[in-house]
Parts: sequence; C-alpha cells; structure tokens
Amino acid sequence: MSLEALAATVAARYPDVVVARGEVTVVLDRGELLAALAWLRDEPTVELGFLSSITATHWPDRDPAFWVDYELRSMTLHQRLRVKAGCSQDDATMPSATLVFPTANWLERETYDFYGIVFEGHPDLTRILLPADWDGHPLRKDEPLGGVPTWYHGTTVPPVDQRGMA
Amino acid sequence: MSDTGQRLPGAAFDGAGDIADTFRDPVSGDYRQETMIINMGPQHPSTHGVLRLLLELDGETVIRCKPVIGYLHTGIEKNTEYRTWVQGITFVTRADYVAPFFNELAYCLGVERLLGVEVPARAQLIRVLVCELNRITSHLVGLATTGLEMGAVSVMLYGLREREMIMDIFEGLTGLRMNHAFIRIGGVVMDLPEGGPRKIRDLIDILPSRIDEYETLLNDNPIWRERHEGVAVLSAERCLELGVTGPVLRAAGSTADLRKDMPYCGYETFDFDVPTRTEGDAYARYRVRIDEMRESLKIVEQALVRLMATPGPVMIEDPKIGWQSRLSVGPDGIGNDPAYLAHIMEESMEALIHHFKMVTQGVRVPAGEVYSTVEAPRGELGMYIVSDGEHRPYRVKIRDPSFVNLQALPDTIEGYLVADVIAAVSSLDPVMGGVDR
Repeated sequence: MSLEALAATVAARYPDVVVARGEVTVVLDRGELLAALAWLRDEPTVELGFLSSITATHWPDRDPAFWVDYELRSMTLHQRLRVKAGCSQDDATMPSATLVFPTANWLERETYDFYGIVFEGHPDLTRILLPADWDGHPLRKDEPLGGVPTWYHGTTVPPVDQRGMA
Repeated sequence: MSDTGQRLPGAAFDGAGDIADTFRDPVSGDYRQETMIINMGPQHPSTHGVLRLLLELDGETVIRCKPVIGYLHTGIEKNTEYRTWVQGITFVTRADYVAPFFNELAYCLGVERLLGVEVPARAQLIRVLVCELNRITSHLVGLATTGLEMGAVSVMLYGLREREMIMDIFEGLTGLRMNHAFIRIGGVVMDLPEGGPRKIRDLIDILPSRIDEYETLLNDNPIWRERHEGVAVLSAERCLELGVTGPVLRAAGSTADLRKDMPYCGYETFDFDVPTRTEGDAYARYRVRIDEMRESLKIVEQALVRLMATPGPVMIEDPKIGWQSRLSVGPDGIGNDPAYLAHIMEESMEALIHHFKMVTQGVRVPAGEVYSTVEAPRGELGMYIVSDGEHRPYRVKIRDPSFVNLQALPDTIEGYLVADVIAAVSSLDPVMGGVDR
C-alpha cells in the first residue's frame, strides 16, 4: 500500500493526517486514542499490528506541552504509521495502551520515568531506568541540568546548557 | 493475536514502594513462607552485564520473575539534546556497544531524511559492509557468551577469537575497535584503508570453515541440545504482542527483517536469504544466528566486489553538511588530512571560518520528526529524531531491540527451572548498554 493510500484510508476515519518525509502521521485526541490503536491493529486494510515504540516530546511553552508518539508497524504490509496525541503540563495523563499492545508496558514505564506522563490503567507504572527514589523527570525541558562543584577556589563547572558552546 | 491483554508481563506486580514488596502476598501482606525470593544479578556473571532478576522460587521452579534494569543508564538520549548533530553520533554509538555501527546508521539515516539528502553510492556500500561485519561480531559475542554460560568454554574462546579478526578490520578501517563514530551524516568518515579489502577477503575465506566448526561442536552436542531445546519458547504471535523482533522472532517462524521488508542503504539490490526456524526455542535462536552469519558473509562479499567498481567520494559534497576534511588512519591510529590542514591554516581564511563553524555548531537540520529504523542484530533498532531547526537535536529516542526483547523474559521462564533462566537470558541476547542507554 502506498503512503497516499494509507494516509487516505486512515484519514477517512481520523481526518488529521499528515504525510511528510515519507512518513504518515495521524494526530488524535487522547480520548479516542485506544479505540484508534485497536482499530489500526485489527483493520485488515492497514494491519498495523505491531507497536514499535512509544515516547514523548516536551514543549514547555506550547499547548499541548507533551506530544506522546506511538510508532506502528505492519509486519504483513510493510508500512509504518505514527500516532500522536497531546496532553497539557497540568494534566499530563494518557490512557494506557497495554491492553491493546502488551509491549506498551515497558515503553510506557520509560515515558513515565522520563517525562512524568501518567498512563492511566497501566498495571505497574513505576520507574524503570532511574532509581525508584529519583526526584523529577529528567527529559522534561524545564528540568534543571545541575552543575558540578569543584575544589578549585569553590568554582563550579556550569550546566551543559550554560557553557556557551553547542 | 488471540489472547491480547490477557496476560501481561509483570502484570501481577504492584511496583509501589520497595521492589521486594512486590513479592508480598496480596491478601495477608506477608512474604509467602513456602517460596524463596532470590536476586540473580546485578553482578551475576551470566546476566550479560548488569541485569538484575528478582526470582520467586518454589524449589527449583521459577514462579515469578521481575527484571530490574537501569544499572547502566547513562542518559544518552538527554545528552544528545545538548550537543551538535555530529556529536550525537558519538553518544548513540555507545548505546548497544556490541553493535555500534547500527546505532550510528539508524541515527544518520534519520538525520539525512530530515535534511533530505542522499549519500554517495560508495558510502552506502561501505555502510552495508561494516554493518554486516558488525552483525557477525555481534552474533559471535552472543554465541561466545552463551557458550560461557552453558559451560562450553571452548565455544567462548573460539567465538571471541573470530570476533577479534573482525575487530582488527574495524580498527584498521576506523581507528577504533568499538564506538567508532565512523558513519557520519552524509556518508562515512573515511574510505577503506590500503590493504583493507585484502583483509576482508581473507576473512571471507576463513570464516565459513570456522562457522562449520561451531556447528560440528554444538548442533548435535547432547548437553547443548538438552539445555536449549524446548527452553524459553515464544510463539511468533506472542513475540509480536510483546514487541520482540530480530532472530528471536525469526526463530519462531516469522520472516520479518527490515532489510527485506523496508529496505534501506540499497539492501534490496543484494542477494541474501532470511534464515528462519519454526520451533521458537533457544536452540532455534542459536541456529538462526549461525545461519545469519553466513548470509551476512554473502552480503559482505557482494559489497566488496561492488566497491571495486564503485569509485567516488564517501562523503556528501555539500560543504554545509559534509565534513570537508578527508581523513585516513595513520600508522599511529590517528586520522588526519595534511592537505586540508594546510588549506585552512595557511591558504584560506574563509575555509578556516567555515571549519570553525562546522566544528562548533555543525549542521543545521530543518524542523521535523522522523522515525528511522534498521535491522540490528537483535531486531528493529529505531531512532525517533525531532528537530526544531537548531544545530542540535530536540529529541532523540533510541528504540533499542534489547530493551523491548528483554520484556519478554518473564513470559519465557515463569514455570521453568532456574537453570533455564540462564539459557533464556542468553538466547534473548540482550546488551545492557542498549537496554539502559
């Protein structure tokens, strides 16, 4: 199935579809996310039955502040689709996709760990890569980066974003 | 996908509080007296690095298993957000350190798609060549560590011996044995060195007989078969539900391989097969990996022949994207380009300014997002790359196959013996650098 055909099939049901750089993206409301994922998984004309990846991006000055990104792959039709849904900084929650795609379990734990997005209905939403007692969610853009104090005249190596290079 | 959502890995655990609390009886709140909870790892020699498994045992039988990961987390993804696009390569290559070229390739393919550029034909071929050699070294490490863990120490020695031959080739080619940062945005950093093709040719001559040797040693070895056959079985359907890809999925009968399904770097023009088995157990995974090494050698040979007939640059000509210095590995292992140095230091002020801008800021990538994937030795390696138009990435997410495949571990060993845990972990072949990133 060509990109345009895939985009057209999806757009017939979920109209906010973008085709760019050889990739198809559908933007959804988080309320319809689970139903859409289940439909994409089971619909025989698209057969996107494999969830590759879940992650998020943080845009502190925008609304929505978080975009959660789901990468779907079809093992039979050899095509991909990106599903995105947004949520705000004050209400950083998403429905958990674990019942649609069991592989979402660890992927959502990682996203929770890094961004603090709560996946409602997840069976075990705990930190996965950081220690259980870690404070904060380090991949948020407003998370302080910290500097390194040194013994040399009480100076500090500044945080990486304040070093003036790159 | 019949039982989707019926049995989730880790679903029985309530992870709040101390991890060991997850083993308390849900009704009484006490630990069960008739079972024993043990820690396997994080420093157990056979956990492939720093993997910790919490096991609840009834005698020798594993009732529950909870993998605890993150001991090797180094914040690679966050780090890339504060470096230039080129510096990102040196970070991502350190994720799955057993297969560094694949990390570099997935990252560079993604950035190139954002830039909308094509790399020269010769660079494509060199990329395919190093990746397939890297697939062999990765499978050799998998085989060697499995041998060590099963008590077949000679297999460990042989596996690492052959891997060392390929590491020598990598060292001659890139100057480094690991973490090469060789594949760059717009091509590769340098051409094959003098005598490089000869060394690779020698490898192609030697390696098949060595692979035959492993098979003679192991295929019908009663202990090897006893430890692997019927162990850690995953059906193809269950693999797909759990996100498992690579040799583990192909050992269960699926032909999924991104090199065939969604070709990149011109893989569609190479003649090779995708080995599969149907049993879905640890033994089938071993056989699939062995066969994949042979197929990779076929690709290496074709790439080498085509390289002879494909002259040309190995880096894109566009000075705004490609590195202008034409490096080569010197006798001391450090690459340099005297002609380029003379040009920027003595002849052209503009060239020096351009060089300075390239080093400190590098490439500026148009805003957008891509998900670029390659078939790494362990399965689908994806990079979700977001740019906001600046000279450094806004977000790089590494979808590492080790991370996702490891999720299937409790599924394969709950109800089996402790000894099978070792075979199960090594047959999934996770690399903790990739799992924890």
